[in-house]
Amino acid sequence: MSKIVARELNAWYDKKCAVKSLSIEINKNEILGIIGPANSGKTTFLRCLNRLNDLEPHFRIEGNVLIDGRDIYAKGADVDALRKRVGMVFALPLPLPMSIYENIVYGPRRQGISARQKLDGIVENSLKEAYLWDEVKDRLDMPAMKLSGGQQQRLCIARALAVEPEIILFDEPSSGLDPISTAKVEEAMLKLKEKYTIVLVTNHTKQAARVSDRVAFFLMGELVEIAPTARMFTNPRDPRTEGYISGKFG
Amino acid sequence: MNETLDTSTTPPAAVKETLLKQILNPRIVQKGAFFLLLLATLLVIVPVGMIVVIIVAKGAPAISWEFLSAMPSRGMRAGGIFPAIIGSIYLVGATIVFAIPVGVFSAIYLVEYAGNTLLTRMVKLAIINLAGVPSIVYGLFGLGLFVIFLGFGPSILAGALTLAIMILPIIITTSKEALDAVPKSFREASLALGASKWQTIRHVVLPNALPGILTGIILGISRAAGETAPILFTVAAFYLPRLPTSVFDQVMVLPYHLFVVSTQIPNIEQSYTYGTALVLVGMVLVTNLAAILLRSKYRKKL
Ligand SMILES: Nc1ncnc2c1ncn2[C@@H]1O[C@H](COP(=O)(O)OP(=O)(O)O)[C@@H](O)[C@H]1O
Ligand SMILES: [Mg+2]
Repeated sequence: MSKIVARELNAWYDKKCAVKSLSIEINKNEILGIIGPANSGKTTFLRCLNRLNDLEPHFRIEGNVLIDGRDIYAKGADVDALRKRVGMVFALPLPLPMSIYENIVYGPRRQGISARQKLDGIVENSLKEAYLWDEVKDRLDMPAMKLSGGQQQRLCIARALAVEPEIILFDEPSSGLDPISTAKVEEAMLKLKEKYTIVLVTNHTKQAARVSDRVAFFLMGELVEIAPTARMFTNPRDPRTEGYISGKFG
Repeated sequence: MNETLDTSTTPPAAVKETLLKQILNPRIVQKGAFFLLLLATLLVIVPVGMIVVIIVAKGAPAISWEFLSAMPSRGMRAGGIFPAIIGSIYLVGATIVFAIPVGVFSAIYLVEYAGNTLLTRMVKLAIINLAGVPSIVYGLFGLGLFVIFLGFGPSILAGALTLAIMILPIIITTSKEALDAVPKSFREASLALGASKWQTIRHVVLPNALPGILTGIILGISRAAGETAPILFTVAAFYLPRLPTSVFDQVMVLPYHLFVVSTQIPNIEQSYTYGTALVLVGMVLVTNLAAILLRSKYRKKL
């Protein structure tokens, strides 16, 4: 069964339609890559999945988003609980202005976990899962802002993992990173899909090709095509997909 | 002949142009700008410095342990200003107790919860306008509402509430700005981790806004400690050589005492007046300093 299902999803910022009658299914434990030019609604779609768009004052949505068969926009749905299940890593690494340790235990603490031992364990595990443990294990009390960009981004991944989500949304996670940091983030992602369902929006078509199981191509708020990664890049069905991919690769 | 001479030497128009160019030379313009900015800064600093120097020079001789710890005597021409010091501390303390929670909470409400409705826009406008109301108007308002209508009489309670209302706009406006300045991305990061809205405010927004909020509180305290008009009818006693026992007591207060000794008491030693001013300025400075230290401690933590 699909982990995430969006049906006839329309999303508006005031009068601007950012996502148009989009239907898509995302499988459990896959990495779905989403590619497409700027302003094609990728971020908007992603932020519909954890309802972060609720913060926008004039944002409106139509259609359904189901996670495990449940409509997350249903009346009375618990948004905070949803965001525990659906973690997010933003385009710019965004540690909170506190120590590395406190960044990671931020989520667990808010859920009422306070036993030091338990928190220590969470910190170690999530940092290991994000391939950052060895680099920071001796300086967990350092302000997180002092880490390098690539380390910050992996810290953000670790922080998202610490709340034990089921789904992780990545929004262009390596847009500000150098190639080596990018490789590390991708390595983490590949490992993570064993446990999590991953939706990866990326502006590097090559990154989508490297890590995703399937790729979706968005254009002007619409889903143009979705296919297994190999087929998408060797034999796209839609000429617009072909144009975008070849343009990017050319 | 003349014509050829004119063309061979530089024509006057060109001279003007090069002169203009020299004046508009970026380096010279920059120096000029620096000088103007420096001058403006000096114009701010010099009067402040002079006030402090004069008050210290004329008031310091009066400062003694007796001056700080004794009751006034001989029609306030001798003795100390102890009750006025204590009265000011109580009054400002009580003002803070009322003003900080109300001010900070309403700022949080306005920034985080209130939608952009006509009502909230009107509330915001009202707050801005309240900041510009003359302090004597607050004094009369406090007299009408707290002293007479609510029957508190002239008392610490009535004075503190009046001062609290007067400094609320300052605290609300600065707190609002501090809260608004917390990046949206911090809130999103917190919410995306499953934290509730209130948890986000409590653990991310408030700690980050705290230095700014403290600035507002500092400004508020200084204002409350120094104003005379709002306490004139609501709390200040002309001469009351004993300490208050409850919030319903009147007290002597430094700014009003300063007004009294400098205008109402003939043949008073000048140093007594300046000593009182020095204590008032000193107290405001000490509170400010404490708050600034607190603020920098929080800044470092971030
Ligand atoms: N907060 C917002 N308010 C108004 N319009 C927005 C907002 N965010 C995105 N948009 C608009 O929605 C469209 C889709 O944007 P976005 O989802 O960010 O695309 P992408 O991530 O593919 O670049 C764009 O036209 C953009 O201008
Ligand atoms: Mg985007």
